[in-house]
This record gives sequence, C-alpha cells and structure tokens, in this order.
Amino acid sequence: MFKPHIEVRGLSISYGEHQALKDVTVDIPEKQITAIIGPSGCGKTTLIKSFNRLIDLQEGIKISGKILVDGEDIYNSKVDVTLLRKKMGLLSQRPQALPMSIYDNVAYGPRIHGLRNKKELDYIVETRLKESSLWNEVKDRLHSSASKLSIGQQQRLCLARGLAVDPEIILGDEPTSALDPISAERIEQRFLDLKDRYTIVLVTHVLRQAKRLADYVIFLYLGELIEHGPAEVIFKDPKDYRTKAYIEGKFIEEVKNWEDIYI
Amino acid sequence: MLISTVFVVGSLAFILVVIFLKGFPALSLNMLIQTPRGGYYLGKEGGILNAILGSLVLGLGATLLALLISLPIVFYLNIYLAKSSKFAQLIRFFFDVLWGIPSIVYGAFGFTIMVFFGLRASLLAGTVTVALFILPIMSRAMDEVLKMVPFELKETSYALGSTRLETALKVILRQALPGILTAILVAFGRGISDAASVLFTASFTDSLPSSPFKPVATLPLAIFFQLATPFPEVQQRGYASAVVLTVIVLVISVVSRITSKRFTKHVVK
Repeated sequence: MFKPHIEVRGLSISYGEHQALKDVTVDIPEKQITAIIGPSGCGKTTLIKSFNRLIDLQEGIKISGKILVDGEDIYNSKVDVTLLRKKMGLLSQRPQALPMSIYDNVAYGPRIHGLRNKKELDYIVETRLKESSLWNEVKDRLHSSASKLSIGQQQRLCLARGLAVDPEIILGDEPTSALDPISAERIEQRFLDLKDRYTIVLVTHVLRQAKRLADYVIFLYLGELIEHGPAEVIFKDPKDYRTKAYIEGKFIEEVKNWEDIYI
Repeated sequence: MLISTVFVVGSLAFILVVIFLKGFPALSLNMLIQTPRGGYYLGKEGGILNAILGSLVLGLGATLLALLISLPIVFYLNIYLAKSSKFAQLIRFFFDVLWGIPSIVYGAFGFTIMVFFGLRASLLAGTVTVALFILPIMSRAMDEVLKMVPFELKETSYALGSTRLETALKVILRQALPGILTAILVAFGRGISDAASVLFTASFTDSLPSSPFKPVATLPLAIFFQLATPFPEVQQRGYASAVVLTVIVLVISVVSRITSKRFTKHVVK
C-alpha cells in the first residue's frame, strides 16, 4: 500500500449536458509518478484540472463528489484557492510564457506570494532554472523576453516557474505533446529526477511515455475509471478487457469483450 | 485588398494635402506662441496659443478621466464576468448605444448637468463632457483588445496561485498594453478634435487656460470661428489651425507608438 496524496471520492463533473467524469474514486500516491491514460475525450484533462480547481474557470460546470489533498477537501468553501494552486505546479500542452522576461517568469510566482528580497529571488530563479536544466542556455539573457525562447525551452521555463512556488505536486497535461522528441526527452528526464521530492501526475496519450515514467497508472474511458494500479500490473496484467485493448493499441470502441482482443 | 488600401491611404493623403496646402502658407511662429490680440478675427496680429494649450489640457484631462473610469470597467467585464455573462453583454450593448450618440447631444447633456451643479462653462465642465463622450469609444476598443488575450494565459496565471486582480494587473495588462495604448490614442484623437461637445460646456476665450472654473479655448472651435469669418486671411489661419490640430494628433500617436515599443517587447504571440 502507499500513502495517498490526492484522494478522489465519487467525483462527477459535467459541462452543461456533457458528463466528462462519472463517479471516479481513486488515490494518487505521494512522491511517485502517476500517469492518467486513455483515449481523447475520456476526461483526463478534466480530472487533472479539477485537482487545482482550474476547472472552476470553465462555464456551466457542475461538480459533485470530493477531492482531498493532504486530507483536506479542496471543494470546501473555506479553502483558499490561491494556496491550493500554489501547492501544485501545472504544465500545459502548449507551454504558455507570461508576457515578461525569463527572470520575471520564474520570479512571478514567488513575487505574488509576497517575496520581495532581490537576493532570494535571484537564488530561486537560478536554482529552479538549473533544476529544469535551462540555466546554461539562458543565464546570459535572463532579462530578455520569454516568448523568444524555443517551444522546448519554454516548456522547461514553465517547469521552473511552476517549481518556483515550492509546490508539493506537479501536474502535467500532456506536457510533451507539442515538443520535438529531444525536448520531450529532456522534460521526461526532469520528471524522473524530481519524483523523489514531488508527487507527479501526468496526463498522456503516449503509451510508451507512460511505460517509461509511470509508477502508478489510471486508465479512463468515456469519463469512467476503468482500472488503476501499479504500472507493472496495469501494463502486464490488466484486469479489464478495455484496458488490455487500449494498451495493445486496438480500437477500443470495437472491443466488446476479452475474446475480441485475441482474434 | 489593393483597392481598399489605396482608398484608405488615398483619402488620408488627400485630407492632409488639402489642409497643408491651404493652411501652411498662413502658418507662422507668431501664430503658435501668441494669444489673439484685439482684432485677430479681423485679420490683425495674434495667434492661437490659447486654443492649442486649451485643447491639450482639455484633451489630456478628458482622456485621463475616461481611462480611470474605463479601465476598471473593461477588466471587470473580461476577468470577473464569465464570457457568456448576460450582464456583460448588456453593458457592451449600452456602450455601443452610447458610442452612437452624436457629440452635440453630449454637449447639451453636459450643459444641463453643468447648470444643475451651478457651474459656468469652464475647463472642468468641458473636460467632464468630453470624457463622457470618449468613454464608450475607449471602453469598447479596450474591451475588444482584452477579449483577444488567450484564455491559456489567464489559466497559467491562476495556476500559479494568483488572484484575479494580480492576473489582471500583472499579466493581462502587459499582454494587452499595445492595444490599450491604441484605444487611448483613438479616444484622445476623438476628444481633442471634437467641437460640438465643448461648444456649450467649455465655451471659448482669448486668454490662456488658467483655472478649471474658467472657460477654455479649443482648437476645433478656433478653426470654426476663423473659417466662419468673411476675411480670406483669417480663413487661411483657420486652415493653419487645422494643420496644428492634425500635427498634434499625429505627433502624439507617433511618439506613443515609439514609447509603447519599450513596454511591449515581452508580449506573447
């Protein structure tokens, strides 16, 4: 057994008529890499964005059920959303630089959370950029525009910016999908280096990436949680035929039972 | 594409050429640095410094006042209200209606309010009226600019734990700054060059602007009074005044374009 960091209890989310998640109950283990896999439109992004309540920004959203982070119900009205979000760094599909310099991008989080001391900010910017292995490429132009970096560099900048607020959890919403293979590999390598210290949750549709990185796997299909468990179990010995079909690369819509897979 | 470009550039060039040809010969240094002396409108000595300074003070004041009202409104519309908010749509509709109201109506309205508060035609009354007149123009232009800011940018800022206010002031404002500056310029251009709204409210005077409670001269009215005289040399000065007004608007837009480059180098595409 593991120590859960995020506990999802009976979570259902719908956008207007469309139900994106149906009664999902699952635990996310602490200080491991959890991969959320499943075909497009299965609710992966919805699930990950509900962890830091970024889902609140969507219009016409209905949420029922509970999510506990560190044992605290985050949809409780007493929760300070800004503190919750500070606990989690988010990497989105396309890296989104803020309209400011490289330095200010990394320092943005610490600054809004009240840090003003120049020396401490310098230190944070340097260590976080080193952690995301971007420091050597940008150390001579920290005050030039972040939007001038390549997209791969921007994603590493986003990682540094996310780490700068001292999160406990790193959320990645297909963080390598817009990157070239080399940039993607660098990001993956960073995740492996960081998992001793952070709980990492990754949404991915690249199965090989999930196999390379994940300790724990959650498989969603059409908004339902089909199966979850340690990566080796899910990939070697799935209990549900739909999981099997998905990881074998079959058209999951056409598979109705175990027999279909072996034809 | 080509035809419309030619049409736009052509009409701008045509206006400038006509005004410059008619006005430039009458333009002199004295005209720029003197106030009207007795008999100026009959063709005697003097200048339009009163109107130049008056227009600048009134135009800048009105733009600043409109900006102070408009900036919070558009941020509220775009950051605090949801995209499909009925209330936001209603406010946008009202702005569009206000935009369509002729400036003479603003002038009449401003006059009524002014009288109600016991004010005389003055710099203050003129500034407030022009500010009301350019408010919808400025707000709707800024609103369109803020609508263009990518949703992901807001999301990124919120994900780092910023509040809406921090997101608005530290992220969205920077991203939208070039467009906001353009909106301010458009509004300033409309404000400084409008005659009808200041006709009753700011009135006219031959002396320099000295107090917010005294009447103030403006260039559009100076142009009007000079062109309305029967004397050809005074009419020429009217065109010269039009040159001055056009140059002021051009210089301000060019200068702010250049300075805005300094602030916009970080904008994310």
